[in-house]
This record gives sequence, C-alpha cells and structure tokens, in this order.
Amino acid sequence: MDSSIKMAVNDLDFFYADFQALHRILLKFTSNQVTALIGPSGCGKSTLLRCLNRMNDLIPYSRVKGQVLLEGRNIYDPNVDVVTLRRHIGMVFQKPNPFPKSVFENVAYGLRVNGMRDRSMITERVEKSLKQAALWEEVKDRIHESALGLSGGQQQRLCIARALAVEPEIVLMDEPCSALDPIATQKIEELIHQLKEKYTIVIVTHNMQQAARVSDVTAFFYLGKLIEVDETKKIFTRPSLKETSDYITGRFG
Amino acid sequence: MERHLQKELESLKKYILSLGAMVEERVRKVIKAFETRDADTAGEVVNSDWEVDEFEVAVEEECLKILALHQPVAVDLRFICAVIKINNDLERIGDEAVNIAERVAYISKRPSIKIPVDYGVMAEKTEHMLKQSLDSLVNLDAGLANKVRLADDEVDDIHVENYDKVKVAIRVQPERVGSLINLLQISRHLERIADHATNIAEEVIYMVEGVIHRHKKNGYQSDSSEED
Repeated sequence: MDSSIKMAVNDLDFFYADFQALHRILLKFTSNQVTALIGPSGCGKSTLLRCLNRMNDLIPYSRVKGQVLLEGRNIYDPNVDVVTLRRHIGMVFQKPNPFPKSVFENVAYGLRVNGMRDRSMITERVEKSLKQAALWEEVKDRIHESALGLSGGQQQRLCIARALAVEPEIVLMDEPCSALDPIATQKIEELIHQLKEKYTIVIVTHNMQQAARVSDVTAFFYLGKLIEVDETKKIFTRPSLKETSDYITGRFG
Repeated sequence: MERHLQKELESLKKYILSLGAMVEERVRKVIKAFETRDADTAGEVVNSDWEVDEFEVAVEEECLKILALHQPVAVDLRFICAVIKINNDLERIGDEAVNIAERVAYISKRPSIKIPVDYGVMAEKTEHMLKQSLDSLVNLDAGLANKVRLADDEVDDIHVENYDKVKVAIRVQPERVGSLINLLQISRHLERIADHATNIAEEVIYMVEGVIHRHKKNGYQSDSSEED
C-alpha cells in the first residue's frame, strides 16, 4: 500500500434501512492533505464523512458494505474498538458544541476519558492543543471560566482543540464554519492550513469557495455517487466532467 | 444568484463582441483608406480611437465587477480571464489601425510611388484572420481558432518578404526613403494585427478546452473535434 495514503475507502455502500445513500465509493485520502467533499444536499458527503469514524453505527437500521482502511486496516472489522478508533480519527461538527464546563476541562476531557491522570501532563497537553487551535492567546487568562462564555468562532476553535488533544491522525470536519461569521471563518480556514502539516483532514462544506480555498483535493458527490475527484486547482479551473462543471458553476438543475 | 451570473456573462459576451465588431470595422476602414490614399478616412480612424479606448475600459470594469461579486469558477472563470486578455488585444488592434492611418496620412501627402510589394494579399489575410478569430469567439469554435493560429505564419512570411523588397526599393529610389519606410511600417502594423488575432484565437482555445496553447507552435490537438 502506498505509504502516503492515510485512509482508503474501498467499494463502500451505505444504507439507511432500504435507502442506499452511498454507492460503491472508491476514494483515497493522502497524508497531510486536506480533502474537501462537496455536492448538493443529500448527495452523501456527510454520510461518507460519518462512515470514516463509524459515527453512523448509532443510526438504527443502517448498514455498511465495503471497507474503510486506516493505514491498511479495515475500521469495520469486528475486533476494532470504536473508542480507540475515534481517538485516531477526531471530528469537528457543524455547530460548536462545547461541554458546559471550563475551557480547560473541555480540552482535558478526552485525555481523562483515555486514562491520562498526570496533572502536569494534562496541563501541558491542554496548552499545546489550544495553541495548535490558535486559541491560546485569547483564552489563557480565563482558562478556568466556562467555555459557554466564548464567542461562536472561539467555541469552534475550542472544539478543534478538544479534538486535537488526544493526538488524532485524521481530523474530520463537518461544515465547521457554517455557523460562523466571515472573520471567525477566516481564522478556522487559516487553522486548517496549519493543521495539515501534522494531520490528514477531510472537510465537508457547502461553501464551494471554502473548498477551493482550504483543500488540496476535492471530491464531488451527487446522488450518493462519487462523480469526480481531482486536485482542487483542477476541479475549479477545468473539471473533467460536465456534472462537476455544472455544479460548481451553479448551472445545476 | 446563479442565473444572475449567467445573465452577467451573457451581457459581457455581447459587450466584447461589440468591441470586436468596432475594431474590425476600423481595420477594414483603414485598409480601404490605404488602398485609395484617402487621408480623410485615415484621419477619422485616428480621431475616433478614444471610442475603442473607452469601450476597453468599460469591458475591463465589467470583468472585475463579475470577478469580485460572483467569484466564478471553471468555464466561467476561464471565460472572464479570456475576455480580459481579448479585450486588451482588441484595444491594441485599434491602436495598430491608428498607426496605419498615420502612415497613410504621410504617404497620401507625398507624390505617388511605385509600391514594391502587393499589400492586397497581406491585408486580406490579416482581415480574414481577425474575422475568423472573432467568429471563433462568437461560436466558441476551437477548430476555427486553430486555423487562425496556423494562418499567422503566412502573414509573418509576407512581412519578411516585404522587408527585403523595401530594402531593394530604397536602393533603387533612395530619394523616396521616407515613403518606403512608411510602407514597411504598414506591413509591420498589419503583421501585428495578425499577431493579436492569433492571441484572440489562442484565448478562445483556452476558454473552450481549458488548456493554454500559447508558445506551442502548431501544437494544438483538439480533444473534441476532428482535424479537417
């Protein structure tokens, strides 16, 4: 297997009861790259994202066929521990969802759940994560105050810090800026650029300009199928397929 | 919002085509003025160049507006980038028409001279290239645009021949060196018009195919249309 491939989706089908939401998806995610998943509502991009760390396990009557390989190992193998898996694959959601705890405790939470007890190590990791999430300077003087007092953009960066604290390899982002203003959005986008030095990032976004700005690779989905995947600069200057061109230029439907 | 962008792009296309028609008309007019040694018509071309200049600025402002307000991508982005460059080429063709007009004014005021070269063929080929480049823009026809690219070599060759012929003519009638140099300049300006028409054709190919063919001599191979 190519060592630069962090994760590979192999002939993946996904069903919500009788409805097939994904059709034989074949897609590779390269290490230290940002891959954007784009497409109209209902195209399957969020479903795919949630398949990548088994978030769909919780949905009743859903089922998966095919494989998702993390460094060659199928994450759907029966002996894979989902909690451990999600330590390797962090996730950031559409709306910032900090716990009703202090800034510090939000970031420390995952470390404690994973069994870290050493207080100085926890403190060190919390600071490092907040710095990585470009939030440290703004919160260092109120680290023990409630996270709910932060602005929306700060809360989202806190959620990113929380995801980074357990040192994942992959970060999944599900429309991370859709609830944020343009300045907060810009900060998150800058952050994504920095984070890819250490992490492999997969982002779902409805904002095509955002996909163009932050990603290295763009995958276009329609009706549960992967239509086209290529370097972002190619997708946005000369996509190979008419369907892709029609979607990104707004000629759809 | 998307439909709004399509309307803006349609209106931009009409705009650039109007400029194309305006410039084409001027080239036709100045060639006619040259053939008939008509200084008055040549003067009209010189005095009305501001119309082309103003039009060019308006087209550019329209392109910048669409880029800023709609952030177009893919074929729409390529269209606007191509229009920005074609706009520039058209304005320069307008300038070349003025240059020719000034040479015509000079020659017309002096005694007639035996022209050592046949300008008819060169002017016709240049006009035809310009027309074809604009037609390829109207119809987004990469095949036709490629014909323009190939025709450019013929006009270049004629210009080289003209240079040699004028050199000989200057030796024969050294007292008419002023008029002869002006004649050579006209050959040069026609050749430049053909170059700009080629640029336009290359932009059309880029717009249609998404591949930059500039600086590749005869390297164009269409993905979609067969060679004829």
